[in-house]
Amino acid sequence: MKILITLIPLLPLLGFIILGLGYRSIPKRVASILGPGTTFLSFILSIILLFNIRYSIFNIHLFPWLSFSGFMVGFDFLIDPLSILMMLIITGVGFIIHVYSTGYMSHDEGFNRFFAYMNLFIFFMLILVMGANYAVMFIGWEGVGLCSYLLIGFWFKNQQFNNAAKKAFIMNRIGDLGFLLGIFLIFLNFKSFNYINVFDIAKTMAPGSGTMIAITLLLFVGAVGKSAQIPLYTWLPDAMAGPTPVSALIHAATMVTAGVYMVARSSVLYVLAPATMEIIGITSLATMFLAAAIAIFQNDIKKVLAYSTISQLGYMFLALSVGAFTGAMFHLMTHAFFKALLFLGAGSVIHAMEGEQDIRKMGGLKNALPKTFWTFLVGTLAIAGLPPLSGFFSKDEILAGVFSAGQSMWIIAVAVTMMTAFYMFRLLYLTFFGSFRGSEHQKTHLHESPAVMTLPLLILAVLAFSGGFLNIPELMGGKGILKEFLAPVFADALKLNQVQHLLVPEKREWFNIVLVIFLVLLMAFRAYRKFGMLETGNGKRETGNGMQDAGSKNVFIRLAENKFYVDEIYDAIFVRPALWLSGALHRFVEVKFIDRIVDGTGNTVIKFSNIIRYLQAGNVGVYLFFMIIGIILILFFNIIL
Amino acid sequence: MLTLILIVLPLLVSISLFFVRNERWARNLALAAALVEFGISIAALVQYFLYCHCQLLFRFEWLSGYGISLKFGMDGLSMLMTLLTTFLIPIIIYSSFTQKVARSSTFYSLIILMQAGLVGVFTAFDGMVFYIFWELTLIPAYFIAAYWGGENRIRITLKFFAYTFTGSLLMLVAIIFLYFRTPLPHSFDHIWLYANNLNPAEQVWVFLAFFIAFAIKVPVFPFHTWQPDTYVTAPYSGSMLLGGLMSKMGLFGMIRWMIPITYSVLNRTDGLFIIFPLVGIVYASLIAIRQDDLKRFVAYTSIAHLGLVAAGAMALNSQAMQGAIIQMVSHGINIVGLFIIIQYIEVRTKTTSIGELGGIALKAPRLAVIFMIILLGSVALPLTNGFVGEFLILLGLFKYYWLYAAVAGLTIIFSAVYMLWMYQRVMLGNTNAVTENFTDLSWKEMIPLIGIVIMVLWIGVAPGMFMKLAENGVGQIIGVIR
Repeated sequence: MKILITLIPLLPLLGFIILGLGYRSIPKRVASILGPGTTFLSFILSIILLFNIRYSIFNIHLFPWLSFSGFMVGFDFLIDPLSILMMLIITGVGFIIHVYSTGYMSHDEGFNRFFAYMNLFIFFMLILVMGANYAVMFIGWEGVGLCSYLLIGFWFKNQQFNNAAKKAFIMNRIGDLGFLLGIFLIFLNFKSFNYINVFDIAKTMAPGSGTMIAITLLLFVGAVGKSAQIPLYTWLPDAMAGPTPVSALIHAATMVTAGVYMVARSSVLYVLAPATMEIIGITSLATMFLAAAIAIFQNDIKKVLAYSTISQLGYMFLALSVGAFTGAMFHLMTHAFFKALLFLGAGSVIHAMEGEQDIRKMGGLKNALPKTFWTFLVGTLAIAGLPPLSGFFSKDEILAGVFSAGQSMWIIAVAVTMMTAFYMFRLLYLTFFGSFRGSEHQKTHLHESPAVMTLPLLILAVLAFSGGFLNIPELMGGKGILKEFLAPVFADALKLNQVQHLLVPEKREWFNIVLVIFLVLLMAFRAYRKFGMLETGNGKRETGNGMQDAGSKNVFIRLAENKFYVDEIYDAIFVRPALWLSGALHRFVEVKFIDRIVDGTGNTVIKFSNIIRYLQAGNVGVYLFFMIIGIILILFFNIIL
Repeated sequence: MLTLILIVLPLLVSISLFFVRNERWARNLALAAALVEFGISIAALVQYFLYCHCQLLFRFEWLSGYGISLKFGMDGLSMLMTLLTTFLIPIIIYSSFTQKVARSSTFYSLIILMQAGLVGVFTAFDGMVFYIFWELTLIPAYFIAAYWGGENRIRITLKFFAYTFTGSLLMLVAIIFLYFRTPLPHSFDHIWLYANNLNPAEQVWVFLAFFIAFAIKVPVFPFHTWQPDTYVTAPYSGSMLLGGLMSKMGLFGMIRWMIPITYSVLNRTDGLFIIFPLVGIVYASLIAIRQDDLKRFVAYTSIAHLGLVAAGAMALNSQAMQGAIIQMVSHGINIVGLFIIIQYIEVRTKTTSIGELGGIALKAPRLAVIFMIILLGSVALPLTNGFVGEFLILLGLFKYYWLYAAVAGLTIIFSAVYMLWMYQRVMLGNTNAVTENFTDLSWKEMIPLIGIVIMVLWIGVAPGMFMKLAENGVGQIIGVIR
């Protein structure tokens, strides 16, 4: 079993090494088998593992990584239901996206490099979820950040893309510093990095201690960076510079959910820090609302999806903040399905539109791209949360959890659900409905993507449709398979949970469900009225967001259209001052102050020494020569005598 | 015995190189000698692990009337530093072949002499012998920078010489003072120096003398202003020797001599002196962001990285010190790698200005990949060598005082900022007139870089052996402190 488990991350790593070393000589055909192949094998192995996990969890020690007297960090893996779930998502969805990429990237000269990076990403992501301690998790944590950097800036000729890549890496690193300090605090308090050891001790501690709050907050800083929450979310929309399969895999389905995974993994610590849970709740509500508001006014197909991802990640954190850990993981899974589907669908659209990403210039594509349209529709219905698609069940579970914890939070969450439905249907209608608004050239070249791209869409559509059945709530007569599966992981946390849950009568629950469905349908209808029938590319409605004319926009809309100027604010208070400081320190402090003191001291000495200097004169080379001879003679005489 | 050979062999080779007239011969002889030296150090390593704790001690009474004995030995720390030296010197010599060197027999003679001095410094267990070798390294370093350097070399190297020499003199005074405080008959032996009985006030003075001497050498903020100019003006081999090895002498001196002798001052001042390197980390990182010259850029990053090491060494706990030692090795490897790459870039484009470059990755994918790996080592990505040391240092600092770790940890963010921005402007984007005809590395040019890349990954993934060696050094010093 140890070999099998080790092979799971090792195969993609091997793929990376082979593709990386042979990036010039390996033909595309080999790479397009090797890249997806390694991920597929890892997926198969994960499934085998899934069937063995019922009986025991695996704690595997590979080798001591950082160890010296009294200190030990092992390269260890912990395989339990939580990591298995993540592994299946990573390798499964990862494989599908790899296959899609063989079509999407087929004309790219960096084909081999692309798959090398993708395989490396799978490797690091697996390390992240398989690690048995925080240090190993950190390897994966930073490693996926690197791959994200490499893949966002994949087309590195374009400095705009490189800026986006750099921004992503740096903002992630801000989070990583918090994460790292959190890990240190864990080590100092628990004398170990190992999950099992840490949680065993933590379980016995009183809730609400300052240390626990500090630990969980610091870890959450890491999650905020990686999972793009306020205030570190601005890198994710920019990250759309990368190839679309990258956005699907890294910036939707897997990497950005690492923060959710980490909090879920540390659930025992989090339930003992109610203050942190509240902060997570507030952060996530603010994030999901803000991101959804911006998404409504975006015109770039990928940007809409990017803000949508931020918003959906907010849902997951909201679930965590009320102790609905299974709900968070459930939504993580369904989101991986439907968001990957939506991104790949968007990729198919961009492919057909020859690189065009502006939805104002699309329209009516449902006839030209039927397969893409139908699968995209499934994705839209799923994310909007309409039954019986997957998003309905996972969102319902979160909303139910939130409702029992606090009704004001629930109202905001429902509002965001409505906004989600609105921007997603807006996106759907503007892209696929109405009449085509692009150029004549584009119109004649519209084509459905090849099977290698549509087949993955189909598989993901099936998953996005049916993924929710894995966890049908008891209310609807389901068994909650996922809940049962994950129960051992969250058992301790649920026992210790401090969040007060009201008992909600069944009738009220049903009422809530129906209400939400109704509101979602209402939004879909409103969006249709506004965007479903756009005919020409020249009308007033085509400008801006298609909602209102420029004159009548209110302040909020103008702010939202400009993403609330957050990038500009960060630029003004962090980037510019740092650059200014960099120049100023060098010019004034370094050259004009410190160095001047040094030189001044030196010059004074030289003046004095000029007087003495005439006492001695000679060739330094000669001195040097005799000095060496002298040393050697000393050494030798000592040996001989 | 091996320790002695490691010192004497380069001395002999250095002398004989003075007499080699044929320049080709001179450089080949130098490379051969450096490789043999590396081989011997590997033998010493094997011996170290086979007959553990023999420490390869070698001792001869020299001026025994004055209590000076030629005492050399290799504990884990010495071993590690010696290996770093013997590993880097052949690489430095080999990579110098890409540029024509005038009067090469003298040049290589000086490099080999430097090696003798470095090994002497790292293996000396007698205070006076340590001092002598310490000064011995200054001579070749000075001449290499002064004769083979670039613009303004005389003024800049004079400053370098005067500055570091001042530090050395302070150290000499401190060592002699300590000597007179050892029991009769006085001795310079490290055991006696460690067991000094200074009163608190004297300790402060001795500490300050050591601290300034070593801080200049590293260099630690605010004693660093000689360093960027010197790195820029020195020939590449010189910058590599200075940045890769000589800077480690300062850190080594802190760990081997300053801390065991005057740790009580560090305890009493409650971390006051850690603030210097901490300020240096932030200060140098900020300055590095806007530097345009690649060599100057590396110089400032080096101040930041080594500041972290110095802070770790002074935190006086085993994690931080362990990390500091590992990080010394990693930094030496990475900075030499960076300088080699900059040298290749300058040979091809005749410039080291970041603003003039761009798009090199399009023309030279091999260089781009190797550069990226070494860069990742510098930004301390997990599974590269930089992470191991940085992680342990920050952990140790956190243990000492969490705020120090938070400030020092800013290096995680800053290093990403300046390194990635530099890489972006040099390697990415489109080519321009300067980089249009950039040729990728030949296999011959890749040899030293492959060595470096292997070390970056080896120490990053499986640092076991290096940890063991460092552990031995740390154990002794922590033992003295307790």
